[in-house]
Amino acid sequence: MIDRYSWWEYVLIYVGLALFLIFALAPFFEAFLVSLRPLDGLFSIPYRFFTDDMSFDAYISMWKSVPLLWRYMLNSFGVAVAVTLFGLMAIVPAAYAFARFEFKGRDALLGVFLAVNMVSGAVLIIPLYKVMQGLGLLNTYFAMIAPGTAFVIPTGIWLLRSYLMKIPRELEEAALVDGAGRVYTLVRVILPVAMPGIMVVAIATFIAAYAQQFLYALTFNSVNELNTLPVGLFQFFGRQNVVWNEMMAASLVGILPVMIVYVFLQKYIVAGLTAGAVKE
Amino acid sequence: MSAHKKIDWFPYMLLVPASLITLIIVAWPLAETIRLSFTDASMSPETQYVGFENYQKMFSRRFPEVIARTFYWMMLSVTFKIVVGIIGAVLLNAAVPGRTLARLLIMPPWIVPIAVGVFIWGWMYNGQFGMISGLGQRLGLLAGPFEFLAYRNSAFMSTIITDVWIGTPLVTIYLLAAMQGVPRDLYEAAWTDGASRMYRFRRITLPLIMPSIATMSLLSAIWTFNSFDIIWILTEGGPRNATTTMIIDTYKTAISRFRYGEGSARAVMIVIFLALFSGFYFLMIQKLSKRGDIK
Repeated sequence: MIDRYSWWEYVLIYVGLALFLIFALAPFFEAFLVSLRPLDGLFSIPYRFFTDDMSFDAYISMWKSVPLLWRYMLNSFGVAVAVTLFGLMAIVPAAYAFARFEFKGRDALLGVFLAVNMVSGAVLIIPLYKVMQGLGLLNTYFAMIAPGTAFVIPTGIWLLRSYLMKIPRELEEAALVDGAGRVYTLVRVILPVAMPGIMVVAIATFIAAYAQQFLYALTFNSVNELNTLPVGLFQFFGRQNVVWNEMMAASLVGILPVMIVYVFLQKYIVAGLTAGAVKE
Repeated sequence: MSAHKKIDWFPYMLLVPASLITLIIVAWPLAETIRLSFTDASMSPETQYVGFENYQKMFSRRFPEVIARTFYWMMLSVTFKIVVGIIGAVLLNAAVPGRTLARLLIMPPWIVPIAVGVFIWGWMYNGQFGMISGLGQRLGLLAGPFEFLAYRNSAFMSTIITDVWIGTPLVTIYLLAAMQGVPRDLYEAAWTDGASRMYRFRRITLPLIMPSIATMSLLSAIWTFNSFDIIWILTEGGPRNATTTMIIDTYKTAISRFRYGEGSARAVMIVIFLALFSGFYFLMIQKLSKRGDIK
């Protein structure tokens, strides 16, 4: 009964949602339209959404123009997966320490990690370049993975910590009383229970890692085969005589993998945020 | 309790992986940035300490203008994101058919790599071919083709709109989650008392999700302050510096002009600003929570 709306409330809600969705999706729609137009048909007065000369030719010819498109997609995916895995290896134990233990300097250390959120790769780019050079990582995947990992850690710790704090302590105490070691307790008792929270952090990390692949690849990598999708496209894009329809076709195909991952895992994002991370 | 209580090393061990990578990728580069900011480091191999010269130079050269612009850009962008995010969360929280699909469909701007989304926006803003100029002309709002990125004011607003497009989905979904955490019996009690929907929103929803709004505003402000890809790809800080924020100014000075010392001084300023900003913000939240407005 409380959820019953009057007709004008329905109108208001749907009009609002429609406006919201148009804002969110219009660029993808535009990219799709452009990808279907032949190069000499891009310009039309007055502006029209659909024209007679549309075809899917660009989706075939783009593989010739951007021969490494497959590589870029694989690289982006691989880098994002690696950042997620390395990130979790750092996030999970740290979040557990902050959630469960009293130790000297805990709050200060947590503050330091959260403060990392305030700096970004762009601010530290000069010394970061030196670090990558010093470690011999320039022009390797690790030059894109390592900075990405460092900057996803703080948010990950924050999200997972609040999730872990809600797990009853009795679980561990029972395991410890039974004589289980503390590492064993973490791996075999806490991790399974915390899986939904870890899933949320993993997905958030993956998406963040996928989104932020521009600066590091642009600055630390000059080997075309290793480029991530955004930089690969950017360099194709930056050339003279941009082949716009192919550019848009390649962008849309390039983002397909992350969209598929999202569609399959999206319930964890909303459900996970609702169940664990936010509610006090 | 004995004075020589043995230190439990286990929690510290758990922090080793996170600390190690943070030291290498964040802490050392930050210290090095501070050191470089007191030098005249550039492409040349000789580097000298110059004291506060970089900072003095910086402030004599229209830097205050860049600071003001950065804050203006950030405030506008964050305000849009939070307002649109709250409205969006309310709409997506309404129990109407199709809301699951709508929740799914608002997220793509946040999912796709930022740079790829921005390429598409670059096309949207194109005066000859783009959708916005095209539709504007068709609807009679524009007299002719309009290059959104070619004029100072429109370029400024265009970069903000793209930033809002990318940042709003996360804000929305975060606030939606917070709204779903509000106990249902509160609404039911108010409803029984005859409180209108608007009244319930103002007196129950809004106060209870205020901590989440505050947290998101701070995070969003920090991300927006550090926003690099969007402006760099769309305008590279132009036209005539109209979209040069502090982070763009830093990158231009250090990477495009190879003035590492001066660039580092700018980077240090960014960190100081963000630290002050966050400190002020936390104080405000603490004060509010003491007053009882935020629980």
